[in-house]
Amino acid sequence: MTDVLNPTHVHEEDHGHEEHHGPTGILKWMTTTDHKVIGMSYTITAVMMLVIGGLFAEIIRAQLAAPNAGLVSLAQYNQLFTMHGSVMIYLFAGPFAFGALANFLVPIQIGAPDMAFPRLNALSYWLYLTGCITMLSGFFTSGGAANFGWVGYAPLSNSMNSPGAGADLWIGALLLTGFSAIFTGVNLTATIFYLRAPGMTMFRMPIFTWNMLVTGILILLAFPVLTAGLIMLYCDRHFGTHIFSVAGGGVPVLWQHIFWFWGHPEVYILALPFFGMVSEIIPVFSKKPTFGYKGMIFATLTIAALSLGVWAHHMFTTGVVLLPFFSAMSLLIAVPTGIKMFNWIGSMWRGQVWFSTAMLMSIGFVITFLIGGLTGIYLASPPLDFFTHDTYFVVAHFHSVVMALVLGGMAGLYYWGPKMTGFLLNEKIGKSQFWFLFIGTQLFTFPQYLLGLRGMPRRMAVYPHDAQWQFLNQLSSLGAALIGISTILFVVNVVVSWKKYPAGDNPWDGHTLEWFTTSPPPHHNFYRLPKIRSERPTWDYNHPEHKALAHGHNNDGVNA
Amino acid sequence: MESTTLPPQDAPIRKRRTRRLRLIAALPIAALALAGCTLPKFGAVEGDTTSSQSVFHLWQWFSVAAVIIGGFTFALIVWAAFRYRRKSDDVIPRQVQYHLPAEVLYTIIPILVIIGLFAATLVVENKVVANPKTDVTVDVLAFQWGWKFTYPGSYALVYGQTTASPEMVIPAGENVHINLRSSDVIHGFYVHDFNFSRFAQPGIKNEFTFNALKTGTFFGQCTQLCGLYHSLMFFKVKVVTPEAYQVWLKSFNTPAGIAAYNAAKNAASQQTSSHVDTKPTSSSGAN
Repeated sequence: MTDVLNPTHVHEEDHGHEEHHGPTGILKWMTTTDHKVIGMSYTITAVMMLVIGGLFAEIIRAQLAAPNAGLVSLAQYNQLFTMHGSVMIYLFAGPFAFGALANFLVPIQIGAPDMAFPRLNALSYWLYLTGCITMLSGFFTSGGAANFGWVGYAPLSNSMNSPGAGADLWIGALLLTGFSAIFTGVNLTATIFYLRAPGMTMFRMPIFTWNMLVTGILILLAFPVLTAGLIMLYCDRHFGTHIFSVAGGGVPVLWQHIFWFWGHPEVYILALPFFGMVSEIIPVFSKKPTFGYKGMIFATLTIAALSLGVWAHHMFTTGVVLLPFFSAMSLLIAVPTGIKMFNWIGSMWRGQVWFSTAMLMSIGFVITFLIGGLTGIYLASPPLDFFTHDTYFVVAHFHSVVMALVLGGMAGLYYWGPKMTGFLLNEKIGKSQFWFLFIGTQLFTFPQYLLGLRGMPRRMAVYPHDAQWQFLNQLSSLGAALIGISTILFVVNVVVSWKKYPAGDNPWDGHTLEWFTTSPPPHHNFYRLPKIRSERPTWDYNHPEHKALAHGHNNDGVNA
Repeated sequence: MESTTLPPQDAPIRKRRTRRLRLIAALPIAALALAGCTLPKFGAVEGDTTSSQSVFHLWQWFSVAAVIIGGFTFALIVWAAFRYRRKSDDVIPRQVQYHLPAEVLYTIIPILVIIGLFAATLVVENKVVANPKTDVTVDVLAFQWGWKFTYPGSYALVYGQTTASPEMVIPAGENVHINLRSSDVIHGFYVHDFNFSRFAQPGIKNEFTFNALKTGTFFGQCTQLCGLYHSLMFFKVKVVTPEAYQVWLKSFNTPAGIAAYNAAKNAASQQTSSHVDTKPTSSSGAN
């Protein structure tokens, strides 16, 4: 790695006029419109939410380690899993994906000085932070936090079945974070369409940026629907409307349609950014270009298009949706997802695979996502969904998927963290963190698949009648404990590595523009840009003789 | 900037690679062949109704597909990662980015697999959602947090809350038509041994048909979060012979049974509207 030892000190040529003398410290953080500082704030807040949501999960798993445990009451348990799901989905996974890393990276990857609307970007963050506080403050109300599951199905979520301020705070928090997401979607889309550097054509954009563009568009299509649904729910609760109540001529199942019309695109709003992260990381640590770059983009666009037509596969057991249509659409998603899977493998194929922590996390992501993806195919088949719906099989399926995203997110932090802070994380602690996280994840989900097949429904605080479930539940709880240890190791790593290992500009021999600038980048990101003639401008600059090839072509003649 | 060498491209190595690759791909298929005609259960139960067994076979075939595809892909991931692990800092591999035949292949094959799975799904789905003619009908009402079973045309009534686990009695070998409703929030009617669940929803009547293959008592439970006592909202399905079923139905045709039917009906409707009764109670017209 000559680049680690001899980083290209291009930035030293032309300093001075770029320096800004604004406020520093907390005032800087409060008043900034710099996408890097906002991205950093998002990262820290989202990781804190991951820890909080993880703590809820550990309490849930402790409760389930015994069939009739009294660690928490039935009421507290309902609050815990509701807030676990809500914090993880609304406050961690999404904001971490499109708020934290995208905010930091997208402008840099396309050679832009900032987001298109910096002040709107700051507003997004403050709405998000306010949303986090609003949702969690439910625990401090007399009735406790929201307790109807993260999906808030009507009529359980109406004012009669779920009175109390916790539910209203939940709705308020989703409105706040929803607007935050919509503004980020606007920002990402506008930035990517209008602020690309000269030479950065659409098909020279990094896969991560491409995925964020598609995510941004999906946010704009899906989130307003949720926002509208939440306002309807609030009106039902407080203003006497009957949109979701049978008594007043309303239709409860309409909530499910609205919720999942947002909810299924949301699955890809969460997943695509992480797909993008590993699509960047795997090629870099294999020293190869992204295999099937254009196929990858095509697959992303196909997934996004299909994701808007599959919402009712969450509603097969309602008996009021057209089963074959939604089944076919859902099964079809396996095709573009498979293309991505094989492209990741193709990127490693005949490469030089460097098992850094980021790469290990990415491989862990691919394997875990493979499991989650395959079990998703079962659920796309209505007869199979009938017998697994609302059992632990579903819980295991989506935890395989979201734990894959956590692995992908960790890969992103190990890979881009040095760019954000200027310092590397400790690789030894990182690798042990990986093994705890990876093994913990499989130990956590596999017993849950079996539990589901043996008939254990989800959202049960107690399971007194069937002691057979106890052993599998204990295995799953042990897995959750390992995941908890991995999170502690991550925090330890951040503390131990604090400003210890300077990263240099390009520690991984990266491909994309962010590795051309300093770590952390200057105020407006670049002192100068390389020529952008492919989707790997930094690689082209560092290895002009190693351009990407199609199969059957070679550049032997060019080689020294 | 960096000295580079091309990775070895000699033919024997490549041949060995392909052979090893074929071996890995053949493993799951060989495992299946060894298992013979009886496919493994892949963790599921065969089911005790006619349609549940169709669902079970669908489950098996999906699992075969998943094991082959998953096993092959997993092997490729591990192979690619370990076979091509970095040996030297300075080697830059060939920068192959596109391989159109391979890309087309891994687009077409999944599409074919999906078409197969979808066709199998349609066949089984039509069996499961079919509503054949039947003489036996049960009206099931789910409420917070219990179940009420009534039998149109008779005074038979069973209801109970939470762990009282009311028993739905049905005859074996006959099509049993279920009308499923909810009086408050959404509940899930789920019988594990029948490989089936369906939502009970306010304002919607869901209909489906069982044909139980053997007598016995099967455990059922609410699967859709419905509030505080969701984890304790149990019921049972008791499958008896058609003769015993007729005897059981007629056992309610007494003045006491009719009175209990009316009283319990009123009590049940009061219970569902009050929401606050937390004590598990049970009532059964006949016993």
